[in-house]
Amino acid sequence: MTARTPEERHDGHRGRGVPDRPGHRPGGAGHPDSAPGDGPGPLVGRSVPRKEDPRLLTGRGRFVDDLTEPGLLHAQFVRSAVAHGEVTALDLDAVRRVPGVVAAFGAADLGLGDITARLHRPPQEWAETAMPVLARRRVRYVGEPLAIVVARDAYAAEDGLEAARVTYDEREPVLSEAAALADGAPLVHEAAARNTLVDVAPFATEGLDEVFAGAHRVVRVEARTGRQNALPLETRGALARWDDRADQLVLRTCTQVPHQVRTVAAGCLGLDERAVRVVVPDMGGGFGLKCVVGREEIATAAAALRLGRPVKWIEDRKDALTASFLAREQHYDVRAAFAADGRILGLDADIVCDMGAYSCYPFTAGIEPLMAAAELPGVYKVPAYRVRGRAVTTNKAPSAPYRGVSRPQYVMVMERLFERAARELDIDAVELRRRNLITDFPYTGVNGITYDPGSYRESLDLCERTLREEGWYERRDAAAAGGRLLGIGYACFNERTGYGSAAFAQRRMEMVPGYDLAEVRMDPGGAVSVTTGTMSHGQSHETTLAQIVADTLGVELARVKLHQGDTDRVPYGWGTFASRSVTIGGSAVRLAAERLGEKLRRLAAARWDLPWEETELHRGTVRRRDAPGTCLPYAELAALAHFRAQLLPKDLEPGLTATASFDVFHDGTFSNATHGVVAELDAETGGVTLLRYVCVEDCGVAINPRVVEGQCRGGIAQGIAGALFEQITYDERGEPSATGFLDYKVPTAQEIPDITLFHLQTPCLSNATGAKGVGEGGTIGAPAAVLNAVNDALRATGTELDTLPVTPEAVHRALHGA
Amino acid sequence: MSDHPPDLPLTEPADAGSDPALERQLLVLDVNGTAHEVLCEPRRTLVDVLRHDLGLTGTHVGCEHGVCGACTVLLDGRPVRACLIFAVQAEGAAVRTVESLCDGRELSDLQKAFAEHHALQCGFCTPGFLMLAEGFLAERPAADRAEIRELVAANLCRCTGYQPIVDAIHGCATARRAARKEN
Amino acid sequence: MKPAAFRYHRARDADGAVRLLAELGEDAKVLAGGQSLVAMMAYRLARPRHLVDIGGLRDLDRLRVDADGALRVGALTTHHTVERAPDSVLGSGFAVVRETMRWIGHLPIRTRGTAGGSLAHADATAEWCLLAVALDAELHVLGVRGMRRIAAADFFLGPYTTALEPDELLVEIVFPRPAPYAAVTEFAERRGDFALASAAVALDRGGGRPRGGRVALGGVGPVPLRAVAAERVLADGGTFAECAEAAADALPDDGPGGGARYRRQLIRSLVRRACEEADAR
Repeated sequence: MTARTPEERHDGHRGRGVPDRPGHRPGGAGHPDSAPGDGPGPLVGRSVPRKEDPRLLTGRGRFVDDLTEPGLLHAQFVRSAVAHGEVTALDLDAVRRVPGVVAAFGAADLGLGDITARLHRPPQEWAETAMPVLARRRVRYVGEPLAIVVARDAYAAEDGLEAARVTYDEREPVLSEAAALADGAPLVHEAAARNTLVDVAPFATEGLDEVFAGAHRVVRVEARTGRQNALPLETRGALARWDDRADQLVLRTCTQVPHQVRTVAAGCLGLDERAVRVVVPDMGGGFGLKCVVGREEIATAAAALRLGRPVKWIEDRKDALTASFLAREQHYDVRAAFAADGRILGLDADIVCDMGAYSCYPFTAGIEPLMAAAELPGVYKVPAYRVRGRAVTTNKAPSAPYRGVSRPQYVMVMERLFERAARELDIDAVELRRRNLITDFPYTGVNGITYDPGSYRESLDLCERTLREEGWYERRDAAAAGGRLLGIGYACFNERTGYGSAAFAQRRMEMVPGYDLAEVRMDPGGAVSVTTGTMSHGQSHETTLAQIVADTLGVELARVKLHQGDTDRVPYGWGTFASRSVTIGGSAVRLAAERLGEKLRRLAAARWDLPWEETELHRGTVRRRDAPGTCLPYAELAALAHFRAQLLPKDLEPGLTATASFDVFHDGTFSNATHGVVAELDAETGGVTLLRYVCVEDCGVAINPRVVEGQCRGGIAQGIAGALFEQITYDERGEPSATGFLDYKVPTAQEIPDITLFHLQTPCLSNATGAKGVGEGGTIGAPAAVLNAVNDALRATGTELDTLPVTPEAVHRALHGA
Repeated sequence: MSDHPPDLPLTEPADAGSDPALERQLLVLDVNGTAHEVLCEPRRTLVDVLRHDLGLTGTHVGCEHGVCGACTVLLDGRPVRACLIFAVQAEGAAVRTVESLCDGRELSDLQKAFAEHHALQCGFCTPGFLMLAEGFLAERPAADRAEIRELVAANLCRCTGYQPIVDAIHGCATARRAARKEN
Repeated sequence: MKPAAFRYHRARDADGAVRLLAELGEDAKVLAGGQSLVAMMAYRLARPRHLVDIGGLRDLDRLRVDADGALRVGALTTHHTVERAPDSVLGSGFAVVRETMRWIGHLPIRTRGTAGGSLAHADATAEWCLLAVALDAELHVLGVRGMRRIAAADFFLGPYTTALEPDELLVEIVFPRPAPYAAVTEFAERRGDFALASAAVALDRGGGRPRGGRVALGGVGPVPLRAVAAERVLADGGTFAECAEAAADALPDDGPGGGARYRRQLIRSLVRRACEEADAR
């Protein structure tokens, strides 16, 4: 294991490294002999400057709303004003008379197919429901799109919205998971009895009840987490036009999953997939919200086709907050049985996820409960497990994946269980975790998942030692003596990254993501183009995937260019989500680069009349192993392959292109981390201040350590946001509480503390780079660690909080009663 | 456009009955040192005019109610929300956008500091933070890290967790002070 | 989130602005810094048919202390101008006005937002409104019939509602006497947000000891309120804690948002902290 502290902290404190230990090696295992020389190449593992930065820093990035077309029209949507009801009349005549409005279409005008996400599960586990592009008669949440208004500019489009006359026959809205499941509750979808879309019980260890009956202690946590918006700063948007020459719809939209948008657009519009080209320009974040297919981009495309003119839709912030996709609203009722020595004996969980009005495509409403039910035991050796996971439908904007997907919630629940058990067993909470952490790998859990090697114990030890050595335990105790409220909290967790087809198949989705394809091409001058099916939207793939290729081929980074996000240009791919891009997409890119390298070696070997195995790549050349001084530069070989095909041996095709796919046929690879937080509560205002934040993470080989740090810090900030600030609630009519940033409280630089990061490195043994995913971990650990710190600060009161977000008023209530 | 009379009557007196949506006004805007004529409705915000009428799409739109700061530009040197200003109000003032920071050859010291500190990921909020910092440091070159953190709280970033942005601006300010001392 | 159409009128001077307002009637709104109005227009919560832009009235962008010791703030003075004002302009008796500015939004709001705009907008949690009430400000208002002066206590009628007639323009805010022992404090979930609650305290001192003072509260009612009971405690020589207790006790049970008990606690805490800060000057 190696640990590295990246930065000198600004209070003058310098973090410490820890001595090397056997077992966790940097690089090596993930790096088969491809790169010239030994071990990791010269670029992988280095924080090289980002290729994305120059254009983004100078205002030359091109985001969807930066694009224009001659004759461009602008669209906005008439949206439901009621949470649940039937539209009895939709009158758009007045809309069409508004100055500047060009057209207005309702569902009946466009006749589009539905967006239907499917699980292949039996009816008792799964209810299929469809999401129409525009609501036909039934409306199921405030903000549901009813009609598209197209105008000469965005101002006139909004004038048009105001002229729409919609009458409703209102129904009683279903506004909580409890109301949804109540006897006699109104149905959101007739096809979903008891408003239940997914109901699974994948694990039920025999004899579990006896385990609980015989346990020394049983602790219970009932927890709730607030409904959040993933909140990319760039809202959703699309620009659609028909290209006569290509006989194709060109749909430029900010999506994490371009090929899946193509499938839905083609299906809803009745086109061949070939006749739809989805192009993604620069993208201002996604965090999961943009890895599902929305209705508005399809309606925008339909309007463009109908009008024969380009149409652009840019979601405004009010719609982004209230009518796009939300996430995270879950209810847990979990019991854990413990032995007197602190061993966990069993886990019994009931998980209900409020997925809002519709199943998202392609993941379905199963996205949250299936994740939580499969993965709840996490980093702990849990011998017996029973779980029921449900997705219920309510009259709220639908849920989509959001960075971490259920893991921020179930990790919080597990970590609360351990803290509570520690109090009841009178064992230190960190020590209690230590006694239960998985330490022997590979480990196959009660949930049937095999965990590859990680540094669960090491990360916890280092995190705790850091806070101890910095004196936070003494400061906490001194503060208590002085009447101040300080608390220390931890979260230990792992995170499955690089879900391959095998892992996704277990969810039984109709379309099974997992693999990815890459193509690496060398032009006649020796410069390299890489195409990938992943879709960077802030994750720096233009840099990190290029680092991988540059190392594999031994070329300069500046000569490698990544292309992504164009269904006509890149191979089929699944986009970017679930921390998959570097583990899977990066492996595909590496394999393709290796194949290209092999072709270069074959070309050179033919010139030398040697078996190709007796050559190797070296710094932009192929050289002879027997005479390393003899080499051929790539430019010469590339020219040969393109310009002088007559010289090629019969078994070598002209050109220099290689493709490869990568998939994972086991349970994936697990990143892990421990977060440690020190929080102070203001006894008078209830305000929570985070005094210290330490994160020890292990994502295997870090392709670009600074990018890894960025993912961690940004993820932690989003986790803190969910822990303390952000929430969308609904009033009794189903009106969302937040229509802007004054109500939806995104934390700023004043609320997010500086974070100290330590990196451990347990390489992934099963992919081509040694890297594990790191996109989500920060978000996963933060809510648990923050909540535990708050509860530690509250310990003298005997009150514990298990509901997120922890508002100042909630802290105040805990301290002073209601 | 200093020679533009600030009190030029732009519209005829109120004329009840006609539709104000059809009325456009001719504006002259000084953006990055160049005078631009724009014919637009008075309701168009400065950020929409910059982006869609002048094609300066480096300034972004994140909330249109003045909180996120993605649209931050300089007006007479001071950072402002371009979504809370009608373009017509910016007549007679000097507007500066992110496009002005770099001469087309080399990034400015502030831009370089953002790259060095990985203070941007998706880059959507970045122009707003750059202009916020540019205006602030011009007025407060001696600001300390705590003051810079308070400044950074003016805008929202969803990717970085803010710390690298604070570090980048602080690093830039420190380097500028050191350079001044040497000279 | 695009504003509805309006007609734009650029005022050349205050008299012209008032004449325009009189002519246009209820459909017109004054556009100053626009930091609240434009946001409300983006949501189409405000949709004036006419905007009278007073941004060019340089005369209203001024800040000075008169010979009589009063601080005169032109309506178009930005929060940022006040925040950056040196003692030579503000005088030591009005440091509290400068220091209160840091509670208003963030820098890019403060560079555009104006004192007059904030007062005329009359948000119950706005800092200028709280200061005006706490420091007995007088608001100078121009109409076609001439100038009138309105005491802050009479100016705020309810949330977003003031004593301004549609054809009147707020031109100046006068803080009549220095308040050297004054402080404003507030609590919001995020720094820069509208306050959940706020408190302003201006202590009178004789011989170095507090002897009475003014206490005003924001965010607890439709308008900023003087905490009469708390002021009585100060006048009677009570402690700051007793003063804070009195302010909290006098709150209604059905204040805006949040639980009454929590709001009481906030006010108790904010008033005490403001008293201590004011006393420490």
